[in-house]
Amino acid sequence: MASSTKPSSKPSSKRFKSSKNGAGGSEGLDESGVAANIDHLHLFRQMFLIRQFELACGENYSNGMIRGFLHLYVGQEATGVGAISALRDDDYIVSHYRDHGHALARGVDVNRSMAELFGRATGTSKGKGGSMHIFDAAKRFMGGHAIVAGQMPLAAGLALAQQYEKTDGLTICFFGDGSTNQGIYHETMNLAAVWKLPVLFFLENNMYGMGSSIERVRAGGIDFYPGMSTYEIPAAEVDGMDVLAVREATETAVARIRAGAGPQFIEAKTFRFVGHSLADGQKYRGQKEVKEWEQRDPINTFPALLIKKGMATQKQIEEIKARVDEEVAEAVEFAERSPEPDPSEIDTDILA
Amino acid sequence: MAEIVLREALKRGLEEALDNDPRIFMMGEDIGEYGGAYAVTDGFLKKYGPERIKDTPISEQAFLGAGIGAAAAGLRPIVEFMSMSFTLVAFDQIVNMAANIRYMSGGQISVPMVIRAPTGAGVQLGATHSQSFETWLAEVPGMKVVCPSTPYDALGLLRSAIKDDNPVFMAEPALLYGAKGEVPDEYYDIEIGKADVTREGSDVTLVSYGYGMRPLNEAADRLSAKGVSVEVIDLRSLSPLDITTVVSSVQKTYKLVVVDNARRTGGIMAEVAAEVQERASEWLDGPIMRVGSDDVPWPYNRGLEREVLTDADDILRAVEYGFGL
Ligand SMILES: Cc1ncc(C[n+]2csc(CCOP(=O)(O)OP(=O)(O)O)c2C)c(N)n1
Ligand SMILES: [Mg+2]
Repeated sequence: MASSTKPSSKPSSKRFKSSKNGAGGSEGLDESGVAANIDHLHLFRQMFLIRQFELACGENYSNGMIRGFLHLYVGQEATGVGAISALRDDDYIVSHYRDHGHALARGVDVNRSMAELFGRATGTSKGKGGSMHIFDAAKRFMGGHAIVAGQMPLAAGLALAQQYEKTDGLTICFFGDGSTNQGIYHETMNLAAVWKLPVLFFLENNMYGMGSSIERVRAGGIDFYPGMSTYEIPAAEVDGMDVLAVREATETAVARIRAGAGPQFIEAKTFRFVGHSLADGQKYRGQKEVKEWEQRDPINTFPALLIKKGMATQKQIEEIKARVDEEVAEAVEFAERSPEPDPSEIDTDILA
Repeated sequence: MAEIVLREALKRGLEEALDNDPRIFMMGEDIGEYGGAYAVTDGFLKKYGPERIKDTPISEQAFLGAGIGAAAAGLRPIVEFMSMSFTLVAFDQIVNMAANIRYMSGGQISVPMVIRAPTGAGVQLGATHSQSFETWLAEVPGMKVVCPSTPYDALGLLRSAIKDDNPVFMAEPALLYGAKGEVPDEYYDIEIGKADVTREGSDVTLVSYGYGMRPLNEAADRLSAKGVSVEVIDLRSLSPLDITTVVSSVQKTYKLVVVDNARRTGGIMAEVAAEVQERASEWLDGPIMRVGSDDVPWPYNRGLEREVLTDADDILRAVEYGFGL
C-alpha cells in the first residue's frame, strides 16, 4: 500500500505557506484566526449543503435513480466553498467531473442540479449532461468536464476573453492532482503564463487520482506548488480542510490577478472521505488514513471553531442543518417529480 | 471580378472579418511574426497587432482549447493549424470539448469558432504531414466541416464559417493555396451544407471535394472528349453533407463514381455511397464506384507518392470498369 498521506498538522495561525514566488500573509484574520468581515454561517451552510447533497446523491445512486459515474465531493467542501466565496459574480468557474460541490458553492440551483443527476427535463442541461457535466452559463459556471485536464485550456480561453475585453474579471479552474500528469495541463500552464492570463489554477490535491496515490504516479512527491516556479506562476499551498484559510489564500491570489499579475496557482491539500466514484471499493488505501483525515472534517471543525470563538451558537448551527436537510429533501422530491426529457430533445442543442 | 489565388481569397476573407468585428481574433503557430506556414496571414501582425494576431507556443491542445473558452465567453476566434496531421494532437479538444459542449450544457454554451488547417498529400512531406482527417471530423455531431476547391468557394465558405455560431472546421487543400480562380469584388457567401453541381451532364455523375476536384475535372474533360456527358459535383461541405444534390444527379445519370483524394477506406465517400444506395438504389445502373488514394502511410518518394495519390487515370479506370464508358 502507498505510504499514508497524513493530514497536515493543525492549521497554524499563519494559515498558508507560500512557495518562493508566492506571498503568504494572513490579512483579514484577527489574532484568533477568525476574520471579521465574512459571513461565517453562510460558509458553513454551503459546506453542509454540499455534504448533504452528496450523501443524498449516494443514496439515490444505490437505489438506481442516479446512474452513470458519480463522483462525490465529500471531505473537500471547505476547498470549493472557501475558494468560490472569494470570487465575484462576473468571474468564470471551470470544474471537472467532481463538480457538484463547485456548482452548489456557486449558487447553481439545488433542485435543478439534482434533477440533472436524475436525468430529468428540469435538469441544468435538461438531462443531457449528467453528474459530470453540470453547466449554468448564467452563473458563469462553465462545466463540469470529464476528460481529465481537458477543462484546463477552456479556463485559459475564458480568461483570454476577459483579458481581451479589458475587464478585471478572472477565471478559476479546479482540477485534481491526477490531471497534472496530462500534457495539456503543462501546455496550459505555459500558455497562461506567457500570455499573463487572468486565471487562478486551483489544485485540489486529495492525494489520489482514482486508485493511484501521488507517490505511485508522480515524480517529485506530494507537493505541487514548488514546481510552479518552472512556469513563473506564483503558487501557494493552503490547508484545504480550513475554509477560512482557503478563502484567504484565494482572496490574495484574486487580488493579484485583478491587479494584472497574470495567472496564480493555489494547491489545497484535501481529502475525499469516500471512494473516487460510487464504483470504488477503495482497495488501494487503508481506512486508518481515511479516519485520520476525518478528524479534520470541516463540517465538524468549522462550526466548533465558530462556537468556541463565540461567533455562532449551537442553536444557529442546528437551525442551518435542519433547513439544509429540508432543502436537500425537497431537491430529491423535485427531481423525482420532474418529467423525463421528451424524445424530441435528442436532436436539439447540437448546433446553434 | 478578378482572378486571384486561393491564398489571397482566404486572406481577403480573414481581413474583412478582422476589419468588421472586434470580437474576431486569430491564434496559431507562427501566424504572426513568421507570416503563417502557408503565408495566409502574411502582414496581419503589422496590420492588426499582437492582441488579435496571436502567435502561440507549439501547444495545439492548449491554444485550440483556449479558442473554445474564448468562444464560450463571446469572442469569435479563428484558429490555424500548421497541418491537418497536427490536429490529431488536439482531437480531444475539438471533439470532446468544442463539438460536445453545446449538447452537454443543454444548449447553454455555443462555440463560434473557425478552425483552419491545410490538408492533403502531394508535396513529399511523408506520412506524418500528408493526411486528410477532415473525413474523421465529418462524423462528429456538433460541428461543421467544409473544404473548398476554388478561390471562389474558399472565400464564400470562409465567410459563412466566420458568421456561423458553431465550430466550423475548414480544411484547406495545401496544394491549392496557389490555385487561381475568379472571385467577384461584390460580397457573396456560400451556404454551408450545399454541394455545387459544377458541370451538368447526363451519362455519369462524378463526385469529389477539395483537391480531389483536380483529377476529377481532368477525368471529366477526358470523358467529354470521348463523347461521354459528365455531371460533376463538388461537395464543398462534408458536414452537413448534401446528399440530396447527389441523389438528384443520380436520378438523371443512373451512374455514380465517388472520388476521394484522401485514403479510400472509411472516407467521406463511403458515406456518400452508402446514403445513395439506400435512397436511390432503384435508380442505379450498376455499382457505385469508389476511387481513393491507396490505403498506405503516405510515402516520401515522389514517384511512390504520385502512385498512391488518386489521379485522373484511376477515375477513368473506375468509370470503364463500372459502366464500360
Ligand atoms: C483522459 C482521461 N483519462 C482517464 C479518465 C478516468 N478518470 C476519471 S477521474 C480519474 C482520476 C483523476 O484524479 P484527480 O485529477 O486527482 O482528481 P480527483 O478525482 O482526485 O478529484 C481518472 C483516471 C478520464 N476521465 N479521462
Ligand atoms: Mg485527486
